Amino acid sequence: MAHLTSRRGLLFGTAAVSAGALLAGCTSNESDSDDAAANDRPAADDKPGKKVTIGFAGPQADHGWLNAINENAKSRAGSYEDVTLEITEGSNDTAQQIGQIETLINKKVDVLVVLPADGKALTQVGLKAMRAGIPVVNLDRIFNSPQAYRCWIGGDNYGMGLNAGHYIGEQLKDKKNARVIELAGLDNLELTKQRTKGFDDALKNYPNIEKVARQAAEFTVESGQAKMAQLLQAQSKFDALWNHDDDQGVGALRAIEQSGRDDFLMVGGAGALSAFQAIKKDDGVLKATVLYPPTMAASAIDLARALGQGKGVSGLAEFEIPSSLTLYSAVVDKANVDQYMSTGFK
Amino acid sequence: MTQPVSPPRGGTDKVTPVSAPPAWRTLVFRADVRTLSLLGVLAALIVIGGITKPDEFLDTRNLQLVLTQASVIGVVTVGMTFVITSGGIDLSVGAIVALASVWATTVATQEYGFAGILFTAVIVGVGCGLVNGLLIAYGGIVPFIATLAMLASARGLALQITDGSTQIVSVDTILDLGERDAYVLGVPPLVLVFAVVTAIGWLLLNRTTFGRRTVAVGGNAEAARLAGIDVRRQRLYLYLLSGLCCGIAAFLLIVLSGSGQNTNGNLYELDAIAAAIIGGTLLSGGRGTITGSVLGVLIFTTITNIFALNNLQSDVQQIAKGAIIVAAVLVQRRTATTT
Repeated sequence: MAHLTSRRGLLFGTAAVSAGALLAGCTSNESDSDDAAANDRPAADDKPGKKVTIGFAGPQADHGWLNAINENAKSRAGSYEDVTLEITEGSNDTAQQIGQIETLINKKVDVLVVLPADGKALTQVGLKAMRAGIPVVNLDRIFNSPQAYRCWIGGDNYGMGLNAGHYIGEQLKDKKNARVIELAGLDNLELTKQRTKGFDDALKNYPNIEKVARQAAEFTVESGQAKMAQLLQAQSKFDALWNHDDDQGVGALRAIEQSGRDDFLMVGGAGALSAFQAIKKDDGVLKATVLYPPTMAASAIDLARALGQGKGVSGLAEFEIPSSLTLYSAVVDKANVDQYMSTGFK
Repeated sequence: MTQPVSPPRGGTDKVTPVSAPPAWRTLVFRADVRTLSLLGVLAALIVIGGITKPDEFLDTRNLQLVLTQASVIGVVTVGMTFVITSGGIDLSVGAIVALASVWATTVATQEYGFAGILFTAVIVGVGCGLVNGLLIAYGGIVPFIATLAMLASARGLALQITDGSTQIVSVDTILDLGERDAYVLGVPPLVLVFAVVTAIGWLLLNRTTFGRRTVAVGGNAEAARLAGIDVRRQRLYLYLLSGLCCGIAAFLLIVLSGSGQNTNGNLYELDAIAAAIIGGTLLSGGRGTITGSVLGVLIFTTITNIFALNNLQSDVQQIAKGAIIVAAVLVQRRTATTT
């Protein structure tokens, strides 16, 4: 038992250390670039360099997180003097998004950043861009073929579930026969299955915990309220709830409030501002949320700029930017919520 | 060859009308059988729920929950029933609910509190209904197209207003209306509103000139016009009524979810049409039943409730829901035609 705990401790410890190192890397950017070892490796930094035109094609921002994606991309591009952003109207229609990307190819942008509404369906146009000599940064929803992008950056859906499961597991580890329920997102999305898989895998480490129910909502406030109200009625007693998405969590929290129940803890997902505020206030069931950071759009702009300027990434020994980058789904609770507050989306 | 067969047939054909009850009586009886068959489906569902999850399903709080969740779509369906009875269709109801809810919950209107939100929701609903009505009645655009256009533009406008973000309501008087303290003799205020809308809808359709005109327009618009009914004005009123119902539903949804979001009212148009059709309203117009529509809504909500209580996953839910819709209509048609 002790062995297990320490190994888990190690896991969390490593995560914390790497997060810390990442932060340190960000803050000490300036001095690092002056290091002797880094001199012969050009790494992207904030200083203006070669002009780069980045084409950005995202989906329709009909959801808080997607809107935050667009905002993050725009504001990051705006912060660079040498970056021009060509942004297309967001669309959830595959054919329309293909057309938009083709327009960007014809405009001969230097680099493309694409968050496809459907990764598989947009693989062909990704290939087309690459063949036209325009490197593609594939954001979040992954293309079917590695040939269709130069670099992929996105969130870790499996990791979200895993970290939510571990957080809940740690909170309930001294509780006998603990019962956990899950309010999932849209079941016809691959990412929902990955989140659930991660959650289930994490819970396997805690034999005292049983997942007793799972219902899928639709990432909307309305569906969150409706499904959560039913779950509360179905499960007269449980100890923890993991909700995949903070937007539908607004509805879920409303249903919980209406039921007058507060005998369990809730963990959210994504990182909405309202969730952060509730965690900070700490007057309800919501104790933590696992991140799926919309800042990945800003990072995608960074990578696209580095690609356009032919540079690597500061702090890494490589000459080129990596071919894939998975963001970490950190657990945000009362202890560290202030640090993440600024990234919360509405 | 023809002689032995045809005369007896003709004979029985002539006998039946004489021995059959008067037409009005058949109609009343048929309507009753239809309603009874719907009640039968609902009762069967209640039995299934009671057997599978006795403690959770047969519980006052669950009854309150089912009725509360039926309220929002129920109010929309009452309006939809009128439109379909008149031979029209309103595909824009879900989008109008979305637009009304986000407009009413934007920060600007939240400053005016309860009344401001209620007023805005209702006005936006009526406004959209007015546009639909004018386009259809006076612009000569078929209802399917006009309301489809409204669906697209209202959703677009809702998205533009919110920028994709969720408008969280901070007006306590609104939020309190969804809490259990606000229940009147155990009935949630939302359910009361639903009941009142249903009662008014029933009276309007069955006991007023307005209702008779609606049925007449749906049965045969040309005949209705010749009979002196202002068909255009009647149509305008009907889409206004549907818009009004959407506005009320949007307000109920704000109370229920404590927020406004551009995704609100997703697929309400299909749910409302399905509930009305299951209820016995003719899609081709000329016959409508508020009781049937409300039973249709209750059947849907009860199914969802039973599925969730038994922890069935969404794929199973969707398949079963489709099967039950077909079964309900088949049962209803069988019982309706055999009498």
